[in-house]
Amino acid sequence: MKENGGKWEKFFKWINGETTIDSVILENSRKKRFAKRKLRHQKAKFIALRLKHSKRRIQEIICIIVAVVFIGILLKTASELPTCGKPDNPVNNEVSERYLEKGVEETGSINLVSGMILDYRAFDTFGESCVLFTAVICVAMLLKRDKNNIDPIEDQELKEDEEIKNADGSLILKFVARLVIPFIFLYGIYVILNGHLSPGGGFSGGAIIGAGLMLYSTAYGQENTRRFFTYETFKKVSATCLLIYCFSKGYSFFTGGNHLKNIIPKGIPGNILSSGLILPLNICVGIIVACTMYGIYSFFTKGDI
Amino acid sequence: MNLIHNIPFFSIFLAMFAGIVTILIKDGDKARRLHLSITVVIGIMSFILLMYTYTKEQRFTFMMGHFPSPWGNELKAGPLEAMLALLFSVVMFLSIIGGKHLIKKEILPEKQGFYFIMMNLIFGAMLAIIYTNDLFTAYVFIEINTICSCALIMAKDSGSSIIATIHYLIMSLLGSGFILFSIAMLYSITGQLLMTQLKGSIMVLLSSGEYNFPLTIIIALFTIGIAIKSGLFPFHTMLPGAYDSATTASSAILSGLVLKSYIILLIKMYYCVFTINMIRQMRITNLLFFLGLCGMVIGSLLALKERRIKRELAYSSVAQIGYIYMGIGIGSDLGIEAAVLNIIAHALAKALLFTVVGRMKDVSLSQDFNHCLKCAAHKDPIAGIGFLVGSFSIIGIPLFAGFASKLYLAIASFISPAKMASAFIIIAASMILNAMYFIPPTIDIWSPVHESDGNYGPRAKVSKSFALSTTAFIAINLLVGLNYKYIVHIVDIGIQLMH
Repeated sequence: MKENGGKWEKFFKWINGETTIDSVILENSRKKRFAKRKLRHQKAKFIALRLKHSKRRIQEIICIIVAVVFIGILLKTASELPTCGKPDNPVNNEVSERYLEKGVEETGSINLVSGMILDYRAFDTFGESCVLFTAVICVAMLLKRDKNNIDPIEDQELKEDEEIKNADGSLILKFVARLVIPFIFLYGIYVILNGHLSPGGGFSGGAIIGAGLMLYSTAYGQENTRRFFTYETFKKVSATCLLIYCFSKGYSFFTGGNHLKNIIPKGIPGNILSSGLILPLNICVGIIVACTMYGIYSFFTKGDI
Repeated sequence: MNLIHNIPFFSIFLAMFAGIVTILIKDGDKARRLHLSITVVIGIMSFILLMYTYTKEQRFTFMMGHFPSPWGNELKAGPLEAMLALLFSVVMFLSIIGGKHLIKKEILPEKQGFYFIMMNLIFGAMLAIIYTNDLFTAYVFIEINTICSCALIMAKDSGSSIIATIHYLIMSLLGSGFILFSIAMLYSITGQLLMTQLKGSIMVLLSSGEYNFPLTIIIALFTIGIAIKSGLFPFHTMLPGAYDSATTASSAILSGLVLKSYIILLIKMYYCVFTINMIRQMRITNLLFFLGLCGMVIGSLLALKERRIKRELAYSSVAQIGYIYMGIGIGSDLGIEAAVLNIIAHALAKALLFTVVGRMKDVSLSQDFNHCLKCAAHKDPIAGIGFLVGSFSIIGIPLFAGFASKLYLAIASFISPAKMASAFIIIAASMILNAMYFIPPTIDIWSPVHESDGNYGPRAKVSKSFALSTTAFIAINLLVGLNYKYIVHIVDIGIQLMH
């Protein structure tokens, strides 16, 4: 009815001489044209959508083909590589021979892996420790609370979490944690200190201690962890360990590269105080790994240490 | 004992040491000063090393530790490595002082310390990649390079920079994965990680014909990995977003240096491990040549389409990376020399351009789009001149650094008729395209805001550090452009010594 009314209105206007018949016809035809154009537009949109859809489809198919070809090539390559564990493999050459036969004598470490990563190829391990350091700094850069990533809702949630932990919530967790944590720390320290004597070393021991720290923080809340481990301690401890690594290995590289005598004693292989720099380096690496693990965990959960 | 032989080791350790110490420094300004002084010291040391190795025509090894080469790590330095270390320290220093204001403005004060930790570590990692003679060490430092580049992009902490970082991270990790695959397989068929010994083992394998297929795949994987990480044409998609959203100094260093450090590693691998003849026989050079040509044209076309100036520069980097890979793809010593020359020229020009564009965006009121940079050159004429010099160098106009590299690329392509024809045509086309996408922004920055009134508006306050950095960049660009023969000579000796 409304449309009708509109038409009649125009008709009356025409009778009253307010508009001419031409403009009415013009308007009508314009409306028709507009409708047509709209239809065409819709069609075009539809086709574009279809095209986009099919483009996506083609992309997917290409991705699958590339992946399949790649998998095929890699499988073929793997099948042509030397079989694992054969005695005449290229890997069993003079390099591993010297590591195995003279390792104990030259590095003073009974655990040959420690001898390899912390003495023969210590530069790589220095790089690896720096990778860990870089990773944790990267996480801090991204997630540490600052004015760009403070959210009132999140603050509220964190506060509630702490309150629940301070009240008698998660009783079982707290009880078990109290029992287990001392042993975890002790075991971690044992693995680190015996890194040159038995399987283990800085990386594995540090991971164990880091896990212990995380468990403590989960059970007793961040406030309690902060009594002995704050952001400041984290910074100082990891920087000190890396610097000790940097300087002691720097000394060893300097003397090695210039064919000077290394004054650090190797000790008797098998004793706890032996193998030259490997023990202190293991301790440093262990502390760095523990700090890194706990640091990343607490930046991700709480946004601060 | 020769103290000069210790320079590579000192340089790497100094940069890493500075990175570690910076965490204890609270103040961003102090952290920056420490970083700048470290770059100066490393720059001076690299210069001494360059003079020493160049006059003696020597490439020496430095034992990292008490164990000789197949058992311990090793560094190796010659004129080429020393020159690149010098280039890296100069560009790093100038980019940081040029982008100082923007770093202060765009990065939160409490996070500036972190930013400079990353700067120091990435510098150390790049130096280690240049100097190392050990494949696994190279991989470890590639990891540091990757993480630090992501940190440099996201330092601005805006939404777009985080998205760009994720894109960059995914592509970079894909590249790292390929490289790691190839290193692992190479180790399993040779049992060596030191480049010198690897070369020997590969020669033996080649003559016996054993493991031929895995060897081809290893080289292909390594090349693809490096190509992804350095943004060769089909893998370039991560660059524009990253450079657009990062702060100026980060963009300058990422595009000028970080991409190049990977390419240097590739060149080292081709010379010190696989030998260039073998690469040529496997026709990998042809593939690189083709992708390089595609990158040159498509990068420039994409740049032409772009409206945001920093994205335009990023696409221009894609084109320049295409030039470098084209040089490597020619597959002769001359081609590689031209590629290295282009690495140098592009590092200088692109770092200058990013620094200048950052400054122009800073002085003009509303930023980002080309037409909003209108009149920026009048607000800071040094920036305008810097933009001109940088774009001239990228286009390849004589007197500027970019000219020499294009000239040598053209000369190097004489090696085969097919390569020569395609190289000539594409270089010419790409240079015209380069000019075409640099003309609109150049006109924009020098023209008044409203055409009719001719009002240029007030001058911006002079920034001493920016003026110093841009003037130095311009001077170095001209110096390299005028004296390119010396640099070609150094590169030539460096490449010959790598054989």
